[in-house]
Amino acid sequence: MNSIITSVPINSYILLCTTLFCIGVMGVLLRRNVIIIFMSVELMLNSVNLLFTAFSAYSSNPAGQIFVFFVMVVAAAEIAIGLAIVVMIHRNTKTVDVNEWSKLKG
Amino acid sequence: MIQAGFYVLSSLAIFSALMVVFSRNPVHSVLYLVITFFAITGHYALLNAQFLAIVNFIVYAGAIMVLFLFVVMLLNLNATIEPHKSTLLKFAAVFSGGLLLVVLAASVRGMESYKPDLAHFDPTIGEVKKLGKVLYTDYWLPFEISSILFLSAMVGAVLLGKKETN
Amino acid sequence: MNISAIVAVSILVPFAGFLLNFLFGSKIPKSLVSIIGCGSILIALAMNIMLFVSALDGPATITYFNWIHAGSFSVDFSFLIDRLSVLMLLIITGVGFLIHLYSVGYMHDDDAYFRYFAYLNLFVFFMQMLVMGSNYLIAFIGWEGVGLCSYLLIGFWYKNTNYNNAAKKAFIMNRIGDLGFLIGIFWIFNQFGSINYKEVFAGAQGFIINNNYNDTVIIFITVLLFIGAIGKSAQIPLYTWLPDAMAGPTPVSALIHAATMVTAGIYVIVRSHVLYSLAPFTQDIIAIVGITTAFFAATIGLAQNDIKKVLAYSTVSQLGYMFVALGVGAYGSGMFHLMTHAFFKALLFLCAGSVIHAMGGEQDMRVMGGLRKKLPITFITMLTGTLAISGIPPFAGFFSKDEILAKAYEHNPILWVVGLITAVITAVYMFRMLFLTFYGNFRGDAHQESHLHESPSTMTIPLMVLAVLSLVGGFLGIPEVFGGKHILNDYFAPIFSDIATVPHTGTVLSHSMEFILMAVSVGLVLVAIYFASRMFIKKTAEGMDEEPKGFAKLLANKYYVDEIYDTLIVKPADWFSGFIYRFLELDFIDGMVNGIGRATNYSGKTIRKLQTGHIGFYLFAMTICIVILILINNFFIS
Repeated sequence: MNSIITSVPINSYILLCTTLFCIGVMGVLLRRNVIIIFMSVELMLNSVNLLFTAFSAYSSNPAGQIFVFFVMVVAAAEIAIGLAIVVMIHRNTKTVDVNEWSKLKG
Repeated sequence: MIQAGFYVLSSLAIFSALMVVFSRNPVHSVLYLVITFFAITGHYALLNAQFLAIVNFIVYAGAIMVLFLFVVMLLNLNATIEPHKSTLLKFAAVFSGGLLLVVLAASVRGMESYKPDLAHFDPTIGEVKKLGKVLYTDYWLPFEISSILFLSAMVGAVLLGKKETN
Repeated sequence: MNISAIVAVSILVPFAGFLLNFLFGSKIPKSLVSIIGCGSILIALAMNIMLFVSALDGPATITYFNWIHAGSFSVDFSFLIDRLSVLMLLIITGVGFLIHLYSVGYMHDDDAYFRYFAYLNLFVFFMQMLVMGSNYLIAFIGWEGVGLCSYLLIGFWYKNTNYNNAAKKAFIMNRIGDLGFLIGIFWIFNQFGSINYKEVFAGAQGFIINNNYNDTVIIFITVLLFIGAIGKSAQIPLYTWLPDAMAGPTPVSALIHAATMVTAGIYVIVRSHVLYSLAPFTQDIIAIVGITTAFFAATIGLAQNDIKKVLAYSTVSQLGYMFVALGVGAYGSGMFHLMTHAFFKALLFLCAGSVIHAMGGEQDMRVMGGLRKKLPITFITMLTGTLAISGIPPFAGFFSKDEILAKAYEHNPILWVVGLITAVITAVYMFRMLFLTFYGNFRGDAHQESHLHESPSTMTIPLMVLAVLSLVGGFLGIPEVFGGKHILNDYFAPIFSDIATVPHTGTVLSHSMEFILMAVSVGLVLVAIYFASRMFIKKTAEGMDEEPKGFAKLLANKYYVDEIYDTLIVKPADWFSGFIYRFLELDFIDGMVNGIGRATNYSGKTIRKLQTGHIGFYLFAMTICIVILILINNFFIS
């Protein structure tokens, strides 16, 4: 069987996805540009998607891929709304720096 | 051969992901993100998930990235120089991200390795026909509900994006 | 109409009158208010006369429903109609109706006319409840209710702080007594397993059969009930509220603080006579308290200048007489005096009210005088009342008072001696009042003199009726010495038949001895009246205002009892409250409450700083927390 599931252990995929996820987290924490933060969030979502797919393939269960499908749906909706909000806030504050958006300060 | 593909795609994904986070220019970030998505699409192909590979290609690399690029251009961010965060904050961010990675990796290490079910292996589950069958029989309700989600997201986006007339 | 309907009407009509007047009184004309107020009492009176007739055939218990039922504790909402309760009912509604009628004239110019009648009706309702109740709980409702009405009516002119204080004083003093009464009821239930009169007294019969007298429990019960009676009937040491209660309108003083409510204590003891007969020790206490109060109050009455205060102390004194009667076991005599006292004291108060009315609200006798010509009807009726209270035959007070004195002599001659002295003092201060008010020259100013007038007929008719009652009321109890028939004794015979076997202490007076006692008392009283006339008839304005000296000063200041109470009880209580307030309230309770507030404030102020508004910080915190959660989950819990 010339397939990835025999040649690559699933732990490699888990490690890859964890790494991508942590890069995403780091991006969220590191950057102040809200667009970049959004991209990092997308990165995290994709890493999770990949993991789902990997598990789905390794266990021959299509449910994981269906789940990826739904994650994509939610992500697309989130991006559409999120970017609309960003555009709107930028229109008012002329900045995309999240640290400037501290109106909710206690 | 497949192993080599895996490692090439993995290193490409990680590299470009790091570049997304660390590049100064938002436009570059977007482009690196596209590369990351391509790498992930390759992974889907490796995993015999052809349908997802296509969808990922279209939705992420196509639609979502175009949306990002659009916004970046719209807000004219390509040249804006982001004010620097303090070193301490940067360190804290990298540290906590790394800490999460270490903790998660350690958790994975502690786990028993998952053995793929070779006896019932089916390389065709990622095909459109199979997925469609599952989607429209077992998951038809979430599927329909997600259409409502899309509709509301669309309405919301239009409403938010509209310039206030008064 | 069957008896239960009669009782219901009798008790509910005054309540309906209260509701109508209280809720709608401000919107309907005064004449209608008076019709509702007096009419409801008149209906109740008519019903009570019917009840009286039926009670002559025998007692009846009317149960309406089971009110409380918990375990072995069961209270019926029921009324007991027997010879004792109907007599009280007749006094309440009879005298009550006359006083209502009188109030129509007396209160005519008052703004809160409707409120006055509403309260008065409510009082009659509660008083009937107290008297009719067939168990201690119903009686207690009435007991508290009349206390409430007393409070409301003493403080009727609530804009005057002193009047309000008097109302509060009355309420609090009563409360002390009520506590005793309540504990007494609890103890009765504990001892007899019931608070129904019938069962309690049936249980008490067991003690009589076993010849078990002065049982500790019975002594406690009777003393506790007596404490209630002390509060309600203004005996030493809780009598000081009654003179202050004169702050209320005069008809109220006549109805509540002379004729009816203050006799509730007497009634309750007479009602519980079986228990008291079992406790000669308590009876001795009652007799001592009664005679002391009678004497003390009478002496204070000697030096009062306020016409109503004199009558108030006289009421306290006369109530003391009644307690003496109860203390020596002469329950019938106590009731007899209660009745005659209701007549002549209500009469005296109403006369005083008439005088005050004529004087335009002035109550100080020092500025009265010579009113005989201006207020002839008031004078005649007041003279009747004064003669009655002084014990001049054939007025009512003579028969009832001398019966008590005779019974007291049988029990212990010392009681008789003190009682006699009190009777003499009574005659002195009553005639002092009469002479100062109606004889001599007018001592007020010209404006008051021009204002003098006889009261309207709604006021004088009740006076005349009460005067006649004060005159003939005593004939219900003509002593055997005079060869008469003691109607009241026969009337009460069934009520007191259950203590017939209780041994009687003391000697039975021979007829000649009884006659001598009467002659002595009447003779001394006549002498007292003569001296009073010598001293007070020719009083002029001069010398009225001079400061009394020595013993007179002590009397004028009421033995400084209020001041003593103030020093012994109020001041320490004040000090203690202040102490509690400063240390417990301010430092502890307030500190606790404020501390919670301050802690919340402070922690809020501190934690608020975490809410920087920087999303980066939130995400950072979130990440760290996720790390910690994973760590805990994977490496510490396993």
